[in-house]
Amino acid sequence: MVQILEKQQPTSPIIQLNEQSTVMESKGFNLWYGEHHALKDINLAMNENEVTAIIGPSGCGKSTYIKALNRMVELVPIVRTNGEVNYRGRNIFEKGYEVEELRTKVGMVFQKPNPFPKSIYDNIAYGPRIHGIKNKKILDEIVEKSLCGAAIWDEVKDRLNQNAYGLSGGQQQRICIARCLAIEPDVILMDEPTSALDPISTLKVEELVQEMKENYSIVIVTHNMQQAARISDKTAFFLNGEVIEFDQTDTIFSTPSDQRTEDYISGRFG
Amino acid sequence: MRYLQQEHVMKRMNKRLVWNRVWKGVFIAATSFALLALAILLYRILSQGMGYLNFDFLTNFASRIPENAGIKAALVGSLCLMAVVAPVSIILGVSTAIYLEEYAKKNKLNDFIRMNISNLAGVPSIVFGLLGLTIFVRMLGMGKSILAAGLTMSLLILPVIIVAAQEAIRAVPKDQREASYGMGATKWQTIIRVVIPAAIPGILTGSILALSRAIGETAPLVVIGIPVILQFLPTGMLDTFTALPMQIFDWAKRPQEEFQYVASAGIIVLMAVLIFMNSIAVFIRNKFQKRY
Repeated sequence: MVQILEKQQPTSPIIQLNEQSTVMESKGFNLWYGEHHALKDINLAMNENEVTAIIGPSGCGKSTYIKALNRMVELVPIVRTNGEVNYRGRNIFEKGYEVEELRTKVGMVFQKPNPFPKSIYDNIAYGPRIHGIKNKKILDEIVEKSLCGAAIWDEVKDRLNQNAYGLSGGQQQRICIARCLAIEPDVILMDEPTSALDPISTLKVEELVQEMKENYSIVIVTHNMQQAARISDKTAFFLNGEVIEFDQTDTIFSTPSDQRTEDYISGRFG
Repeated sequence: MRYLQQEHVMKRMNKRLVWNRVWKGVFIAATSFALLALAILLYRILSQGMGYLNFDFLTNFASRIPENAGIKAALVGSLCLMAVVAPVSIILGVSTAIYLEEYAKKNKLNDFIRMNISNLAGVPSIVFGLLGLTIFVRMLGMGKSILAAGLTMSLLILPVIIVAAQEAIRAVPKDQREASYGMGATKWQTIIRVVIPAAIPGILTGSILALSRAIGETAPLVVIGIPVILQFLPTGMLDTFTALPMQIFDWAKRPQEEFQYVASAGIIVLMAVLIFMNSIAVFIRNKFQKRY
């Protein structure tokens, strides 16, 4: 890891804020939906064991960007990209980089809770199973560990065989987080994970994010600025497909250097 | 200034409520008309055919004497036909639907293919009969066999199954696929573990309704030249056979009045098979239905 950083630092225009190692970074990354230039020259670096928040008004490209980080954006057929997004030093858009491999390392939690219409157990075991784990005992352990990791084990341990759809929205979202943890990812991408949840469930997910950063690197998109301020270490402000400002969260929310950031944060638009 | 004046609103109120009732009446009348026609048909068939419907009717071969006439060859023939049609049409149809929905790129060619599959569903069955006669019976030399007729029938109902399966697959929410892809699942794993289980009620319901159509279809069999009266059962897929609708058609066109009753009894058997198949469809739909 260190070597990679040393190699890149002299030429890289990336805003490198401290000595922690970079997990994901984008360099001159552009993305088009057909003719629409949705992301313009994005340069960002996400560090290990940190929470990086991406904020910005609707339509600014923040969701598109996070979906580019695990190439989920390719599910839209008209998408074109250029530039680099590097995960652990390797460009994920380079030829021969299999998305399946990438997504095993870079997991995702979606905006709307989307459990499968299966039992809680089968939901969590889905990831390990597709990666070839059949041993019931190992699966049991993964399920327990993942559910504990998503702080929902106590609530569901007696009804692992019930359908995940019977749970509340907040519980479903934590099931989805647990399902993501079950593939033991390195980075977790969260696309507005609390926008469909009530305040108490939101609080639980936020606390969870705080705990999870001990073991994972987290990128979270949110349109809730207080949320970004509460849980993130770094914040990037997106506007019209560009990164306006990227800095320590404290700095962004106290002394932003760009007028537009200040306007957005103080609620003058967006 | 208010735009809605109370007395004006009240004046129109009665008229609106009357029209509301009138339209409800129109729709009830339309439904009752269809139900009435069906009831008359059922009554006629049941009253005519019940007398001839007994165990011997199911186990006898066709006969010149109405009392001895039975439906054994046709019933067995139709079931053999289904044994070819069901696997061929479901496997081909569902695979095609999966390709079109999950793999095919959105472009003009694929849009054209999709549109034409829907159009094929509307092509008259006799045209498929001619196709089967040309390709399966003559060109491939299968003769007037179960296999030839089964493949022809499969072609006939394939578009219906494809369209039904496409709709069922399309109805699986996008976020379900995203969840699977997001964990590093391949397209195949996502299809087999997420999409198909969620789409299976719709796929099977559509398939069974299509099979019901195939079992009642006559025109392609007439074109292929399936015999009407057989005194033996088929022993293999390349044997010739007869089918329920063919047998019924033959009885119905005979001059003796008794054979009209025999035909009704045959229709009752055919309907019983259809109702059985449709109830399987309903059962599957209810059993596997999943909420999102």
